[in-house]
Amino acid sequence: MAKDAAGEGERDHRDGIRKALPLAVAVFGFGISFGVLARTAGMGSVAPIVMSATTFAGSAQFAAASVLNAGGSVATAVAAAVLLNARYAPIGVSVAPSLRGPWWSRFLRAQLVVDESWAISSEGDGRFNTRVLVGAGVILYVAWVSGTTLGALFGDVIGDPARLGLDAAFPALFLALLAPQLSSARTKQAAVLGAAIALALTPFTPPGVPIIAASVACLLGWRR
Amino acid sequence: MTQAWRVVALVGIATIVLKSIGPVLLGGRELPPRIASLIGLLAPALLAALVAINTFGSGRSLVLDERVLGVAAAAVAIWRRAPVLLVVVIAAAVTAFARAVV
Repeated sequence: MAKDAAGEGERDHRDGIRKALPLAVAVFGFGISFGVLARTAGMGSVAPIVMSATTFAGSAQFAAASVLNAGGSVATAVAAAVLLNARYAPIGVSVAPSLRGPWWSRFLRAQLVVDESWAISSEGDGRFNTRVLVGAGVILYVAWVSGTTLGALFGDVIGDPARLGLDAAFPALFLALLAPQLSSARTKQAAVLGAAIALALTPFTPPGVPIIAASVACLLGWRR
Repeated sequence: MTQAWRVVALVGIATIVLKSIGPVLLGGRELPPRIASLIGLLAPALLAALVAINTFGSGRSLVLDERVLGVAAAAVAIWRRAPVLLVVVIAAAVTAFARAVV
């Protein structure tokens, strides 16, 4: 029994790695461009690598580096990044019931939660496969930190990732993971409302706020 | 400490706290059914928001650019039940092709 469980665990980890691999390529490319941008922004070459290793959240890191690059203050850079990462509070709550074990193990695995690993490990109906989450999170983490290192130390080796269409890989993945969840009228309504809220707020709020606001759409579940 | 290192430290601490607050405080606990049904809708709502923002968003503005073509091609591939890997590759390839041509 225990042996079976261990075998399954391994398979789930590998499943997470396999599913995240195409994204890891894109994340690696953006890691390089983050390293390059951060260095251009006067962050040196070590600070961007440490940031990728500790923050591990692409959009927030890009935002902080862009603010510094434009001559903005520390407070502005931190505020922009924190707003973008505020979505990890509701995302963390959604994963919490599936994350078992001692608090330090939950704490460490929670650090591997990024949009992509969270989305890949979703099993629908609010459950998450935490082994898939860890497998996907680890491969994405390695891709992000090694990409940043390459960019920060050696500069632009692949050019603009957007030229390779890598920026379209992310919405395509999220759409592929959203589609099977649209099985009930309730989830369809939540998805349409979430997207509508995010798009409607984009012109009027700082980046990051539209996505947090979209989580309000889950209140549709209050009616039974 | 230089400006860059202050940003690295503050953003790092804030992100670590944001990511772990739910799992550390609520981890492994079954939520009341009504709360659980709200959480169940969080994934579709946030995923749809991420699709929308990553397709049309550019800072504080909404734009129509080559990503739309890539994501539309991905939608067709998803509808034809293509595996996720293929969906992602199609989106990147169509977007890159459109950028090269335009």
